[in-house]
Amino acid sequence: MQSSDSVIDKAADTAAAPPAGTAILEMRGIRKTFPGVVALDNVDLTVRAGEIHAIVGENGAGKSTLMKVLSGVYPHGSYEGEIRFEGQVRHFKGIADSEHIGIIIIHQELALVPLLSIAENIFLGNEPQRLGIIDWAEATRRTRELLAKVGLKESPATLITNLGVGKQQLVEIAKALAKRVRLLILDEPTASLNEHDSQALLDLLLEFKSHGIACILISHKLNEISRVSDAITVLRDGSTVESIDCKAGPVSEDHIIRAMVGRELADRYPPRARLAADAGETVFEIRDWHVAHPVHGDRDVVKGVSLKVKRGEIVGIAGLMGAGRTELAMSVFGRAYGQRIRGEVAMHGKTIDVSTIEKAIGHGIAYVTEDRKSLGLLLEDDIRHNISLANLKAVSAGGVIDPGKEFAAAADYRRKLNIRCANVMQQTVNLSGGNQQKVVLGKWLFSRPELLILDEPTRGIDVGAKFEIYSIMAALADEGKCILMISSEMPELLGMCDRIYVMNEGRFVGEFAAADASQEKIMRAIVKQGLA
Amino acid sequence: MSIMEEKMVPKIAEAAPTRAYGGFLKNNIREYGMLLSLVAIMAFFQYMTDGTLLKPLNLTNLILQNSYIVIMALGMLLVIVAGHIDLSVGSVSGFIGALAAVLMVNYNWNFITASFVCLVAGAVIGGAQGWFVAWLKIPSFIVTLAGMLVFKGLALALLQGQSVGPFPEDFQLLSSGFIPDFFHGETLRLSSLAIGAIVAAVLFAFKLRERAGHVRHAMEEEPGAFFLAKNIAFAAVIVWFCWMLASYKGLPNVLVVMFVLMLVYDFATRRTTVGRRIYALGGNAKAARLSGVKTERLAFLTFVNMGVLSALAGLVFAARLNTATPKAGLGFELDVIAACFIGGASASGGVGKVLGAVIGAFVMGVMNNGMSILGIGIDYQQVIKGIVLLAAVCVDVYNKNK
Repeated sequence: MQSSDSVIDKAADTAAAPPAGTAILEMRGIRKTFPGVVALDNVDLTVRAGEIHAIVGENGAGKSTLMKVLSGVYPHGSYEGEIRFEGQVRHFKGIADSEHIGIIIIHQELALVPLLSIAENIFLGNEPQRLGIIDWAEATRRTRELLAKVGLKESPATLITNLGVGKQQLVEIAKALAKRVRLLILDEPTASLNEHDSQALLDLLLEFKSHGIACILISHKLNEISRVSDAITVLRDGSTVESIDCKAGPVSEDHIIRAMVGRELADRYPPRARLAADAGETVFEIRDWHVAHPVHGDRDVVKGVSLKVKRGEIVGIAGLMGAGRTELAMSVFGRAYGQRIRGEVAMHGKTIDVSTIEKAIGHGIAYVTEDRKSLGLLLEDDIRHNISLANLKAVSAGGVIDPGKEFAAAADYRRKLNIRCANVMQQTVNLSGGNQQKVVLGKWLFSRPELLILDEPTRGIDVGAKFEIYSIMAALADEGKCILMISSEMPELLGMCDRIYVMNEGRFVGEFAAADASQEKIMRAIVKQGLA
Repeated sequence: MSIMEEKMVPKIAEAAPTRAYGGFLKNNIREYGMLLSLVAIMAFFQYMTDGTLLKPLNLTNLILQNSYIVIMALGMLLVIVAGHIDLSVGSVSGFIGALAAVLMVNYNWNFITASFVCLVAGAVIGGAQGWFVAWLKIPSFIVTLAGMLVFKGLALALLQGQSVGPFPEDFQLLSSGFIPDFFHGETLRLSSLAIGAIVAAVLFAFKLRERAGHVRHAMEEEPGAFFLAKNIAFAAVIVWFCWMLASYKGLPNVLVVMFVLMLVYDFATRRTTVGRRIYALGGNAKAARLSGVKTERLAFLTFVNMGVLSALAGLVFAARLNTATPKAGLGFELDVIAACFIGGASASGGVGKVLGAVIGAFVMGVMNNGMSILGIGIDYQQVIKGIVLLAAVCVDVYNKNK
């Protein structure tokens, strides 16, 4: 420690740190519901003073929701259950309340202002001041101390935009230290860091621990977790399934993976005749596809991917968020994502030109986005106009739309897809998530595609609507359409697909026939890659 | 279940839900609210001015005074629906007026050639601004703010600070001419009245046909009696309007131009694929792009269109004044943009109707005219217009959130 009145020391001294081993945070029976969805049910979490506590679970298991409950994003009263922090029951009305008593959360998407300096960001909303005038000398001095703590050798005046992601993460942590931090929550802190920066960050967490700061670490990287954590809580489908004490003995990764995914596959998928591995002609093919990040052109997001889809086949792409799956799909769909795109796309064995979205649609490719509200729908417009948008040619002659034809087309898909609405002149903004998804699906079915790319087709919709979407997919495959399905929910990939590719960090790291695939195998393919 | 089958069977069985008239009115209050406000404002000024407002002479003036605003509002509506704004229209129309004067007066060009060159110049100006907006992604507010300064300056430079005129007589007819009367009526221009009656009948027939089509597909929501009452009233207003004008000098040429443009743009926005795509672009540009809409080209074209209409408005205004002055077009953009927003267009794009913008333009026009007759000073006229604009948009937002 360079400075005697360092922030960490202060925190440890003044709070009369409870002896290690006593619980600093207890969450009991947390239940949180959204309209139509139970996000959390009966979640228990106990974090002891001065420990690093890992929370693991699949995408959608409820980790982020739990952290939002803890930090007050969802205020007291909007959930059931009890939160005790440092022995007292706490009712947070907002993030300010939880920060005030020392619970600081660092989100996956960093909350820094790019065009402000490090010092300005660290003290944003918390500026050292006299009579409303900021004391920049003091701010700069304290920033230097904090940066030294996190091992960052940058000037406090450096703009955030000039720092790499790893260093930005350290600034976030320094910002947390500037407040009186008792419990630090990190949401996938190493997701976008390279190996060296990740190690440095984990070392930093260990150092904080030695100063009595407890830490919740949310991560998918099991090797990191087993390296630093003292305890692990596994969430699945919104509930705590297991709490593991790492001090009691070594914990195997297989054990954690099984706990994460271990659920019985109930009859939640429509029956369909699976395609034999060698049956059917290949309709759609991608060869050696490379895509660079749209802003950072030197960074490849998709690194040499090849895939095939046969007639009537549903092919899945598994992977964690940020694996490059959406980027792959959107870059194939008329270069809607990325730059410096290299590789070939073929339909029925012939290379096709997919350099614009219009051309891609013309060649029979449809892409159903994962983000239907901001990328899929005209929310202010009605169902009818949404469905016809990608294929106005079919309802017009010489550029003039035939309203009768357009209405008939919309009514037709309303019936086939069972879109629940008053009539097709209803605005899509008023529909439920499942029905909105059906409208987007209707739009793309009306464009008469040969290949339908579905990106997270069941995200944010209820179980009943999910089954309907699955049934539509099965019917389309039976009609001979090709379907490429991107999903973070492994059960639905296993339930629907004939074949599954596993993607991680821009590459395909595994390929399984439906009969051979299991959640453990897929998860292992992903996390083993993480080890390399 | 076959989802991809090619044939689409119109479902006649799905009968339109029968609704109470009140329910229908409540759901369509936004559609008719503006029209009713215009009627109310006209009634107010008609009463306050002791009947001067709707005298044939004043009605004719009302049209001549507002024609260029209406013409530009048609283009501005498309720009706003596409999610942009064009602040340069006043300056551009002033510049084109100056260009027309220089070509026709100083260089003695034929008025047809000169007008054509002016319209092309307008397209080029719109295209230049549209290029910056569409492909360089510079916010339209900034590009057209720059354009506003540039073309105001260029108009001044072109006229060298002087007024240039008068224009050839043939050109003046664009604004001051009336359609010829074949019947040589002494007190009533019969051909104008006949045109009005024919237009009313044709529009009524079109509406009937459209409704028949809707009913066939069971997509009609409007109660039948309501439809009839509305359209008979509409036809009657057209005939009455033409009769009033016929009892003065007949239909002004510029009214014919304006009316034809209005029909064309109304049709384009409601029924053509280009129109539909402009609404999609403004409603959700990303979703539109991912649906195969060429968003850049479309934004560019709305600006080209705006440029042409600004040029036309510049010609109409120059012909009306019979001289080009460096001050021509000053502040027009404010009236034009206000007309679109009063008419229900959304500042965030994707929402707005051509007829709404036209009604909005006449709301402003009637208020200008009525307040002038009442002798209200230009100072308080502006205050009142500003308040009306704000109130109209507030009511619109309130209705939308309800």
